[in-house]
Amino acid sequence: MSAVRGEWPLWEVFVRGKRGLNHVHVGSLHAADAEMAVRNARDVYTRRNEGVSIWVVKASDVTASSPDEKDPLFAPAGDKVYRHPTFYDVPADVPHM
Amino acid sequence: MTQVQDEQELQAQFDAVVARHDRIEPRDWMPEGYRKTLVRQIAQHAHSEIIGMQPEGNWVTRAPSLRRKATLLAKVQDEAGHGLYLYSACETLGVSRAELTELLIEGKQKYSSIFNYPTLSYADVGTIGWLVDGAAIANQVPLCRTSYGPYGRAMIRICKEESFHQRQGFELLMTMMRGTDAQRAMVQESVDRFWWPALMMFGPPDDASPNTAQSMAWGIKRDTNDELRQKFVDMTVPQAERLGVTLPDPAIAWNEDRGHYDFGEPDWEEFAAVVRGEGPCNAQRIAHRRRAHEDGAWVREAASAFAAQQSAQQSAQQQEVSA
Ligand SMILES: [Fe+2]
Ligand SMILES: [Fe+2]
Repeated sequence: MSAVRGEWPLWEVFVRGKRGLNHVHVGSLHAADAEMAVRNARDVYTRRNEGVSIWVVKASDVTASSPDEKDPLFAPAGDKVYRHPTFYDVPADVPHM
Repeated sequence: MTQVQDEQELQAQFDAVVARHDRIEPRDWMPEGYRKTLVRQIAQHAHSEIIGMQPEGNWVTRAPSLRRKATLLAKVQDEAGHGLYLYSACETLGVSRAELTELLIEGKQKYSSIFNYPTLSYADVGTIGWLVDGAAIANQVPLCRTSYGPYGRAMIRICKEESFHQRQGFELLMTMMRGTDAQRAMVQESVDRFWWPALMMFGPPDDASPNTAQSMAWGIKRDTNDELRQKFVDMTVPQAERLGVTLPDPAIAWNEDRGHYDFGEPDWEEFAAVVRGEGPCNAQRIAHRRRAHEDGAWVREAASAFAAQQSAQQSAQQQEVSA
């Protein structure tokens, strides 16, 4: 009952700018259901051909890592410099590398 | 004890992010004053976009040609979009859209005083595009670098769209200036009415704007009101000359020493009165917004009821399948 009287749920909107690119988060909007969210997203976020495809996800369905940018979740990558190409010494005169 | 320490540490992290001109994101810790200031500023900004549709929307059905009508419709629709980008940014700070709408129609949150002036002729559509959107651009470009991530991202989208707004306005005025004497007089009359209110869009002078220093320390604002006002005047005076209109301020003159145009002081009494709600259209604007909101209530409820029914049917079907 309260769902009927209450506010429409919040949807996060993702737009694929053109073929070959990922969908990127562009913002959010309210809509009663997924279909309406897609239609509203078209009007709010793609009035000038900003996209070729739209995803909408209920904001309450998003699972996020913990808030802080210093999240320990990302710590394992912090000391693994050997995952980057610059870690490896190759003489400057080796071609095409 | 540890809580105080934690808070100090969080504050230090926050300060460090702001100091290196990095962005604060929604789930970061932030000082309560920062959050409150942002909610007030972003909400006021969103409300301005939404209320700002009224003075121009007024003329959509009376546009002089199909081209002008399509342009005006697209512009007004953009303003609705701007309002929605900003409401969505504001909601990341933990306020709800419904709450914000309520605060607006109850008169508990403000919107830009410029929209409390009436649009009396079609020239006003041009003048608003040129001066009002022009002032908005001057205000908004530095806000693209504001310290709060969602606000900055909304501003980037908005700024991309604003240049169409300003150009269509200037083009409209130029067309009228190439027309008859009566049309030129309409443009001049319109510019006379909007010039000073446009200057007031930057807010009170710096010495009467006590919150500016804190807002700048937090990286929310990047320039003071007077700096932005000066920038706007410097950009606009040559445009007025090119257009062939006279800005209604005899004090406007190039100042070689300062490298800026001098200009007169807006009537701050008038500004204060309009902010207090005593402008020519304050009551009308809010009444219209309230009516639109209340008239739309049954649509919102019907859509919610339909959505609830659909999802109930869906889960019933799913149960059948799995049974
Ligand atoms: Fe706008
Ligand atoms: Fe605009």
